[in-house]
Amino acid sequence: MPIKVLVAKPGLDGHDRGAKIVARALRDAGMEVVYTGLHQTPEMIVNAAIQEDVDVVGVSILSGAHMTIFPKIMTMLSEREVDDIAVVGGGVIQEDDIPKLKAIGVREIFNAEASTQDLIDGIERIVAETGRDRTRRASTGSAQGAPAR
Amino acid sequence: MIGHRVHRDLARAISAVENGITDYRGALAQFAAFGGPVRGDRRADVIGITGPPGAGKSTLVDRLIEGFRADDATVAVIAVDPSSPFTHGAVLGDRVRMQRHAGDPGVFIRSMASRSAGGGLAPATRDAVRLADEAGFDIVIVETVGVGQVELEIVAVADVIVVVTVPALGDGVQAIKAGLTEIADIFVVNMADRPGANASAVDLKHMVREGKRDIPVLQTIAQDGTGVSELLEVLNAKRNGDDTNAVRAVRFEVVRRARDEAVRRALATLDTHDAAAVLDRLRDHELTRNDAIDALALMLGGPAHAH
Amino acid sequence: MQTTEKTIADELREWEQRTLLPFTERRPESREVFRTQGGAALERVYTPAHVEDVDFTRDIGFPGQFPYTRGPYPTMYRAQPWTMRQIAGFGTADDTNERFRFLIAQGQTGISTDFDMPTLMGYDSDDERSEGEVGREGVAIDSVDDMLDLYAGIDLEKISVSMTINPSAWILLAMYLVTAEERGFDRKKLSGTIQNDIIKEYIAQKEWVYPPRPAMRLVRDSITYSAEHLPRYNPVNVSGYHAREAGSTAIQEVAFTLAAGIAYVEEVVKAGIDVDDFAPRLSFFFVSQIDFLEEVAKFRAARRVWGRVMKDRFGAKKPESMRLRFHCQTAGVSCTAREPLNNIARTAIEALAAVCGGAQSLHTNGYDEALSIPSEPAMKIALRTQQILADEVGVIGTIDPLGGSYAIERLTTDIEKGCFDYFAEVDKRGGTIKCIEDNFFQMELADAAYDLHRRKEAGERHIVTVTKYRDESANPHVELHHVDEAASGRQLARLRKTKETRDAAAVQAALDEIVRVAKTDENIMPATIAAVKARATGGEIIKALRPVFGTYVETPVF
Ligand SMILES: Nc1nc2c(ncn2[C@@H]2O[C@H](COP(=O)(O)OP(=O)(O)O)[C@@H](O)[C@H]2O)c(=O)[nH]1
Ligand SMILES: [Mg+2]
Repeated sequence: MPIKVLVAKPGLDGHDRGAKIVARALRDAGMEVVYTGLHQTPEMIVNAAIQEDVDVVGVSILSGAHMTIFPKIMTMLSEREVDDIAVVGGGVIQEDDIPKLKAIGVREIFNAEASTQDLIDGIERIVAETGRDRTRRASTGSAQGAPAR
Repeated sequence: MIGHRVHRDLARAISAVENGITDYRGALAQFAAFGGPVRGDRRADVIGITGPPGAGKSTLVDRLIEGFRADDATVAVIAVDPSSPFTHGAVLGDRVRMQRHAGDPGVFIRSMASRSAGGGLAPATRDAVRLADEAGFDIVIVETVGVGQVELEIVAVADVIVVVTVPALGDGVQAIKAGLTEIADIFVVNMADRPGANASAVDLKHMVREGKRDIPVLQTIAQDGTGVSELLEVLNAKRNGDDTNAVRAVRFEVVRRARDEAVRRALATLDTHDAAAVLDRLRDHELTRNDAIDALALMLGGPAHAH
Repeated sequence: MQTTEKTIADELREWEQRTLLPFTERRPESREVFRTQGGAALERVYTPAHVEDVDFTRDIGFPGQFPYTRGPYPTMYRAQPWTMRQIAGFGTADDTNERFRFLIAQGQTGISTDFDMPTLMGYDSDDERSEGEVGREGVAIDSVDDMLDLYAGIDLEKISVSMTINPSAWILLAMYLVTAEERGFDRKKLSGTIQNDIIKEYIAQKEWVYPPRPAMRLVRDSITYSAEHLPRYNPVNVSGYHAREAGSTAIQEVAFTLAAGIAYVEEVVKAGIDVDDFAPRLSFFFVSQIDFLEEVAKFRAARRVWGRVMKDRFGAKKPESMRLRFHCQTAGVSCTAREPLNNIARTAIEALAAVCGGAQSLHTNGYDEALSIPSEPAMKIALRTQQILADEVGVIGTIDPLGGSYAIERLTTDIEKGCFDYFAEVDKRGGTIKCIEDNFFQMELADAAYDLHRRKEAGERHIVTVTKYRDESANPHVELHHVDEAASGRQLARLRKTKETRDAAAVQAALDEIVRVAKTDENIMPATIAAVKARATGGEIIKALRPVFGTYVETPVF
């Protein structure tokens, strides 16, 4: 089953080169990539992630607003009781901020030096670690049709 | 009331059928278990939107969502984009055009990769539509891949089918007209702001007259919403009872086979060695994407862009 | 002539046989092909045989003379060096004003303003979408009150002021004019530049508000207004910087930029204005990348191509209409976060290329470019780099010093040819705006960017300390510009004050008038100036016009 990733570009800036190269590379690695377009609010990103039921949300931020945007995304995901979508970040994020972001649940930060292969490997590893299986949740219901609860 | 929770549970149910472990029934049960509403006897109206890539389908869907929401109808969209036949990866981009509705709990948008199924839909599209119906949405809109050929699979899924074309597609319209009149309930000439829209609409009307069914031909500018209220009116009329799909479904099989045969013949004329060479050069970045498209189109005997 | 040239080609072949071959058999070259950053394969050595198609009089010629390959002016830096114009902008107007004064005190000769994302995108600081971005990457300007403080104490008749702003450019231009007026300066003496290049936004930088066609009308209105009222002002700065930073080739950078230039000229000529009445005030903006030779050739080619386009395509008569003048900035993407002091070396080489290529003004990046907006020490070294070039290196003494180099002339002519090929393709596809709507440029750019990225990952182009000579232990700490988290609060207070003290009814009437004008074909500048004077904010004007003009949504290409 292909891994499904949302590549999201929040903020008002238009620096989407990285996000697009990532989207293209993930596609070429066999993943299904949903691209949101530019200028997304955290709420738009969270809603898209949930509706698309992606395995991973990749958020690319170069505007310096990461300490505003990531907390909002993480809070909103938990408000919606979604805990199995991994959030990763990329772009220009200062070293000092990385531990703070990880502390609020961001799984990984890929800085500008990460190669596309690093990224592909990273995402595959995260999905494997999460043990996320988008089919499993449904089948624990019961293939026979009896509601589990 | 459709809320965020329904979104989450519907999304998960669709993933389940999409990934093929459970079937529609299993997903439905699971969905119920998650607590999503399972609807009673009223069913959603399913609108199919098909037409060539770049015709403005997604933009038009965005406008339709706007229109239906103004009437308080809830809308789910299933938008299908092609998977790469080589890597099986896909970039799903339809959502971009509809993102302004992303915050509206009355709107659910789901992208699906075609997963190399032919015919413009993904293997699980039909189940996804049924699940969205069960989730309580009033309207389900399905946007097909739009790979340039008539996508007949949509007939099996939608109650009403809108075929979107653009002005001056000239030859294209001719080439696929047999298939189009078979499946269309409504023709839309989008990009009516571009030259040739009236002429294209007239052409289509002539074409329709030759057939047996009465198919309205409308013009829209999806970008600014011009003509969309007329389209909504016709759609609402169809929703309220006109018989549509049943007539066509009978002929569906025949037309589908004709289509498959046509594709088979077209591909047979494509010298595979030459085609592979073009793709190799594309991979090695000796050709730009635009050049490669031109070269392949030329091999298929289709018009490259005007030289 | 012909016999000597033949001889050189023969000699080259002989050299390859007798000298090169035996040598490479013993010591092979390190690589089969050496490519420019743009992907063009370089010859091992260039000779007169490689430039047979280049004619001195027709293609190279003299500075200040058609086709302007060697420079727009006959004296160039011998009269005065380029304008040293370091861009600055952060926090509130007061914060940035202080930085401007610092730079002027250090000998900077022009100022250049960087706005924050909300200002660039037409949102006020108190808009929900601005949260976290107010004053962060540039200065926050909501109303003319902010602009008055931004340029306080600066003589606007003497110092040329540049503003990097696009979709909302016409509003900032209006604010600038009101600022000048309220401070008693003569409009006719204002010199400066506003970027106002919306086309490259759709292609590369992605800062937009309205769809291309209404956006073009706004650019047209500001150009025609300037042609009439602002004789020394450059109302558009057609920019290739952003496409290149986004991964285009050198040829694409020039070709897309000049294709945009062609579109602006067409738009204004269509409005009934003679080409020679405004073309002299068009200005351009390119990056100076790290590939020294290709860059020098690129600048020369750009001038030659534009000269020919203006003369042959538009029938311009005035020399000023045909000579391309450009601002240059060193390449942000060439700077690394690792061992950031190395960026000083990169920037110096890029700056040298800009000077050898004949730039009219230059911004050199701070060594901390990859990490944050520049700190004061970083800016100072960047400015000093330019001063060293002007005063110590000696390249200002002779014009177009690399002209006549076989390699440079070959590369120049190849870039020129690449441009005209693109123009032919664009014309065939229905023109620049149609190509934007059809994503033509965007697709070409995406392919080039992916290709460049692949070549980097394949090790064809190394980046010292990143892909080669990586030293995990060496990452000397540099002091960065620290973001003043309180700035946004201060800006919100400023905005509140403006809103509280203005006449709300007058603002509404002025906004209604802009909307009315927008629906006609009248020039939108006078109504905008009136609204700005009434203290309408940028965000209010942008918002009022959305129902008239629509909102742009791009079709992303990968
Ligand atoms: N000029 C014009 N452009 C349109 C119109 N509708 C859509 N477009 C543009 O056509 C492009 C393709 O639209 P999209 O909805 O993605 O097409 P799809 O591939 O059929 O889904 C986009 O750039 C749209 O902005 C229209 O009515 N007029
Ligand atoms: Mg679409």
